[in-house]
Amino acid sequence: MSGPGDLHLELMSDPCELAGARHAIADWAEAHGWASDDIAHLALAVDEALTNVIRHGYSGCAGEKIVLNVCAIDDPRRGPGVEIEVRDFGKQVEPSQIAGRDLDDVRPGGLGVHIIRSVMDSVEYTKAGDCGMRLVMRKYQRRADQPPETERS
Amino acid sequence: MSKDQAPVQIRTSQPPPRAVVHLSGEIDLRSVPELQASLLGLARGPLERIVLDMSGVTYIDSSGVGTLVVLKREIERARARIVLAGLQPKVRSVFEITRLDRFFTIADSVDEAQAS
Repeated sequence: MSGPGDLHLELMSDPCELAGARHAIADWAEAHGWASDDIAHLALAVDEALTNVIRHGYSGCAGEKIVLNVCAIDDPRRGPGVEIEVRDFGKQVEPSQIAGRDLDDVRPGGLGVHIIRSVMDSVEYTKAGDCGMRLVMRKYQRRADQPPETERS
Repeated sequence: MSKDQAPVQIRTSQPPPRAVVHLSGEIDLRSVPELQASLLGLARGPLERIVLDMSGVTYIDSSGVGTLVVLKREIERARARIVLAGLQPKVRSVFEITRLDRFFTIADSVDEAQAS
């Protein structure tokens, strides 16, 4: 997953990195012709994914490595889009345990996964070998004849 | 934004018991500790109502809205209330995605919040 125009960032598990990562994905998406609302959602998804890694993958320890890869994709059915990979080297959890929670139970925490699943079209967590997790999330650009919020997976 | 720049600015234009606090900047995991300390400190004083002017907030994530949930609980424990005012559309959408727009009282402006 590397080509001209792709974005590759190696980040530290430090909250100070979040703003830079958000602005990097927003700049990338703007350069690739994404609409303003979708750019905001991509930045939000990246932020939430990195925040979860910092909080849960590395238990708040700064200085650990996170890799962010962003590339343009073109699906024959869904058209142009973006694939975002977030790779960490922290704790592993069963992907089936990574789920959003009941929003009627109002409390802080646990909202990040729900937000990611809400704003992206597909979200897949896997264990990355013996160390860390890999999150791959995709979003497709809306066509003029296509209503938003369709075909969530 | 540079690493040294404060991600969120907090300014109180009207003190308790009917406080008006203006937030600006970006609210994320980095800014949450400062935000939490400032706002929870305010909530522990004599308070009837706090209006949180968020018109200058350009970004908020789940750690930011989670902090506001904690603040609301603390304020209500003190038998006071909180009103969020002036949310920009992209900030409001985060409250909508998490359905917290139903949990908070949200006003279009500080004036509307003060009149409520």
